[in-house]
Amino acid sequence: MLLRHTTAKEIDRKALTVNPAKTCQPVGAMYAALGLHGCLPHSHGSQGCCSYHRSALTRHFKEPVMAATSSFSEGSSVFGGSSNLVSAIETIFTVYNPDVVAVHTTCLSETIGDDLTQIVSKAHEDGLVPEGKKVIFCNTPSYVGTHVTGYSNQVAAFVKFFSTATPKKKNVINLAAGWMEPSDMREIKRLAQEMEARIILFPDMSGVLDAPLTGKFEMYPKGGVTQAQLIATGDSKFTIGLGAYSTEDACVKLENKCKVKFEVVEIPVGLKATDRFITSLSRHANVPVPDSITEERGRLVDLIADNSKYFYGKRVALYGDPDTLIPLTEFLLTLDMKPVYIVTGTSGKHFDESMQALLSEKVPEAKYKSGPNADMFQLHQWIKQEPVDLLIGNTYGKYIARDENIPFVRLGFPIVDRAGHNYFPNVGYVGATNLAIKILEKVLDHFDSNCKEEKVEWQM
Amino acid sequence: MTQFIQDRESQIVTKGKSNFDLIGGKPSIAGSVSQRACVFCGSRVVLYPIADAVHLVHGPIGCASYTWDIRGAMSSGPELHRNSFSTDLREKHIVFGGEKKLYEALIELIDKHQPKAAFVYSTCIVGVIGDDVQSVCRQVEKLKNIPVIPVMAEGFQGTKKDGYKIACDAMATLVGTDNSKKISPVSINILGDFNLAGELWILAGYYKKIGIEILASITGDGRVNDIQNAHRAALNVVQCSGSMLHLAKTMKEQYGIPFMKVSYFGIEDMSDALYEVAKFFGKEELMDNARDLVKDELKTLLPALEPYRKALQGKKAAIYVGGAFKAISLVKALRLIGVQTVIAGTQTGNTEDYKLLKTICDDGCILVDDSNPVELSEFVKQTGADLFIGGVKERPIAYKLGIGFCDHNHERKLALAGYEGMLNFAKEVYETVCSPVWRFAL
Repeated sequence: MLLRHTTAKEIDRKALTVNPAKTCQPVGAMYAALGLHGCLPHSHGSQGCCSYHRSALTRHFKEPVMAATSSFSEGSSVFGGSSNLVSAIETIFTVYNPDVVAVHTTCLSETIGDDLTQIVSKAHEDGLVPEGKKVIFCNTPSYVGTHVTGYSNQVAAFVKFFSTATPKKKNVINLAAGWMEPSDMREIKRLAQEMEARIILFPDMSGVLDAPLTGKFEMYPKGGVTQAQLIATGDSKFTIGLGAYSTEDACVKLENKCKVKFEVVEIPVGLKATDRFITSLSRHANVPVPDSITEERGRLVDLIADNSKYFYGKRVALYGDPDTLIPLTEFLLTLDMKPVYIVTGTSGKHFDESMQALLSEKVPEAKYKSGPNADMFQLHQWIKQEPVDLLIGNTYGKYIARDENIPFVRLGFPIVDRAGHNYFPNVGYVGATNLAIKILEKVLDHFDSNCKEEKVEWQM
Repeated sequence: MTQFIQDRESQIVTKGKSNFDLIGGKPSIAGSVSQRACVFCGSRVVLYPIADAVHLVHGPIGCASYTWDIRGAMSSGPELHRNSFSTDLREKHIVFGGEKKLYEALIELIDKHQPKAAFVYSTCIVGVIGDDVQSVCRQVEKLKNIPVIPVMAEGFQGTKKDGYKIACDAMATLVGTDNSKKISPVSINILGDFNLAGELWILAGYYKKIGIEILASITGDGRVNDIQNAHRAALNVVQCSGSMLHLAKTMKEQYGIPFMKVSYFGIEDMSDALYEVAKFFGKEELMDNARDLVKDELKTLLPALEPYRKALQGKKAAIYVGGAFKAISLVKALRLIGVQTVIAGTQTGNTEDYKLLKTICDDGCILVDDSNPVELSEFVKQTGADLFIGGVKERPIAYKLGIGFCDHNHERKLALAGYEGMLNFAKEVYETVCSPVWRFAL
């Protein structure tokens, strides 16, 4: 067994994290920055950071991921990274010619005290930022928050550097996209189009990290929200944030800066979260919900009804990011399953309160944990104490699933051993249908291959 | 682009056109989309296959997350190395120091797993906040009575290659600390094989057939006690010279153990390696065994390669890998299956490496140090390459360009070492270059 060193018995850990259910801020900032058209993310720190983040994103999306680095040396760590960043900006515009450079910091550049406002204005003074080009930045020290925080900081930076209010408000709704797949973003845009709601979705990784093979390498693929759209978010009449952890900060900043009111809902994973999203969009965009969407919902309910006996009572362990875990837990309850163990490395009151509200009556035995030491090792120990029927999360659950022989649905970041997550959505009614089918497939396949021979039947 | 290429003039050479030598080992220009990694990464990948040690990453969570089970280094026994252990430093530790947390984490970890040794990796931030990692390691070592080895691998100190050296220094502190292992007089250490896809086991099979014992494998399927006894081997056989040469040199200075550089990739280099090692011991019997082995292997391998060679004849390859030694072997192995190398680049090659690489390549081959995606895709277009050999970040670029790709880095899933590996390699090149999918690219 690969994780044979994990035991059921829990030993009190204070200082040690084993097999984390999180990673550090900069990768989130890099991911979000790729959702702006023509943007080159820039990692202000050592070469390794940039290399790791690019590798992580490349493995997950199986797409080229471009980002530059300040390539810190011993000298930069003593004298500051200012000159590295200034010359990096020059190199980037000369060689790679992006429209925007989105700089994010690292633990190293934060600790030595590099002041990005000052450095970037120096680059401007020195004439290193060509006319019409832009350098934006956000602070993402790795020792604060997690990759989710980094994502949120980058989205907030979009607001800070672009959103502008003119006297004329437009009948447009901003949708601040939480951390989801390009396929999910595509699906959200489709739903809005179906409803004839005018929206600006930001960031938008569809068309960037799910680009077609053309025989050409495009440094800046077609997709992404445009700068003009980002500027126009200041004139929209309302913002809906999808996922509190990844978008609330941006929503607040946009309200403060441009007086655009907002509401934060969950990422529309599952039936009820999608209901809330559709209701919110319908109300704020002042558009009716078309029959086509109601029918999508009906097909989802139909699927659940057809298969409810297979969902019923199954114990599920899940892990990942709170913005996905909260609506996912709710969806599992909708399916009459039992989410019993839930772990996220990203801490916050909202997660704990949401779980309490969702689970205290329906699954009183459920255990959930967030923040430091809420890691995969902990989750595995719980599973060893009392097993589950299904595991949902990123690829890091693979060894647990194998060791414990549990059906395993891959969802979240990173997924590095399977394809399809950036092609087929998990959001909206269609996404929920997709997700419910994945769960069914895994649970039933597991039954078929593990049950006693005399119990095998062709019809189920 | 023109300006950039000018700045990098000394790092790009076309054989037959430019007559200067390519300068390797230059730091990357700030702002480049470099494919290189950091010092920590170098140390971590080299040490991580030691499977009965714990590897604790002292720093914020990212460094531990990204290197969690970083490559498929297989173990025949313990699997401790597949876990990720971190002190997960937070803001308060950056302000008040992380030594206490490191101490506690080490104690928790050692109590839980009773490892044979602990490696503690110092990351960028630890270097800056000034935690005395060495002193904490000494304290815990005394208390727990196992080697607790600081790996001072702050990322900003240089490139991955500098990290290899630091890893070698860390291991050098283990070497020579035990004499209890029973060994044969005909024993070697294998340095620089990481048992990716079980490659070490293939090599071990060959050496066993010849009559040579492997004392320590450093670090593929590695064990602490083998490394502690490694000073008693007759010879160090070093593969992937970039990562392990430093340890071989240190062991030569300290224990007088000679070393030889080999490559296990491709028929020529694999056979040379076996002959050279056999010759070293000066026993005719070993030489005979080696000859028999090579003869047997080739008898089946050569005809098996033939259909692939026919299908691939005239195809062109671009190579962009970590070290130059690997690139040299690749050029030869590709030639054997009819494929010509038109681009040969590395992340960490030095000037000497590139001289050698240049003599092996054909005229017109572009040699490049520390390249980036824009350059690489430009070169692929210029040369009309049909195949790209590289690592994780190059794969999707190659596919977008509509050409085949082979992973010759951490993520290879097929053993490429030895005779068996050569056949795997030919199959893999054939599968990707001749895939029907490229005909559908518009």
